[in-house]
Amino acid sequence: MIKGLDVALNFHTQALGVRAQRGEVLASNIANADTPNFQARDLDFGKALQSALDNASVVSAGAPLAASAVGHLPGKALAPANDAQLLYRTPQAASIDNNTVALDIERAKFADNALHYEANLTFLNGQIKALLSAIQG
Amino acid sequence: MALDKIFAVAGSALTAQTHRLNVTASNLANAESVTGPDGKPYRAKQVVFAVDPDSVDGNVQGVKVTDVVEDQSPLKRIHDPGNPAADQDGYVTMPNVDVVEEMVNMISASRAYQTNVDMMNTAKSLMAKTLQIGQS
Repeated sequence: MIKGLDVALNFHTQALGVRAQRGEVLASNIANADTPNFQARDLDFGKALQSALDNASVVSAGAPLAASAVGHLPGKALAPANDAQLLYRTPQAASIDNNTVALDIERAKFADNALHYEANLTFLNGQIKALLSAIQG
Repeated sequence: MALDKIFAVAGSALTAQTHRLNVTASNLANAESVTGPDGKPYRAKQVVFAVDPDSVDGNVQGVKVTDVVEDQSPLKRIHDPGNPAADQDGYVTMPNVDVVEEMVNMISASRAYQTNVDMMNTAKSLMAKTLQIGQS
């Protein structure tokens, strides 16, 4: 039954993880808006979510959980986005210091990502509420 | 938790932009300083930004100030025979601070600082909302 709950909540949990990861990458772009030769990066959300759902990128976290009995579950976390998943942004206009960050675009994307993250939280909360009312009647 | 890296990244940017703002303030304050501690006119200073791979891991990178360089453009010379710092021809060597450029630098640094503070606030509120999952 616990496995059933896990599966029910899996999609939005993975989506939250990928949103958080994308937020980090966009934060890195904004922080380096004035760094010469910095190349803005982003990840393809659809592909990243698909690979997270396929469990391809789910690995054991840095500090493993000690499992002293057979039934203990291993600790798992979303793997950090690898180089292949991170794409380079095509700059709208060339700049003299070879930096490809367009601050307004990055800010818009960051705000959009934060909004989607909140939407995900709302969906997750709704799902939990639905499951709770099913349990409690 | 993944969102907390945003704090490290934005924090590194805040430090770097503060450094830039400090250097700009120094340049503007010394725009007319004909003698520095070494007896020579003040030279404008500029910070050098670089990606800081040590701050966080993987492809999420912060920024750091790697160097503060002196502007090597020629110093301005103005004719002012009454000035005690004037040479025998009556010329005073003035700092090479471009006040307009420094103002642009100042505005750019302060905007970048604001953007990073906004980002931190967004990350903070997202984390607070994440903590409320399943409540009420």
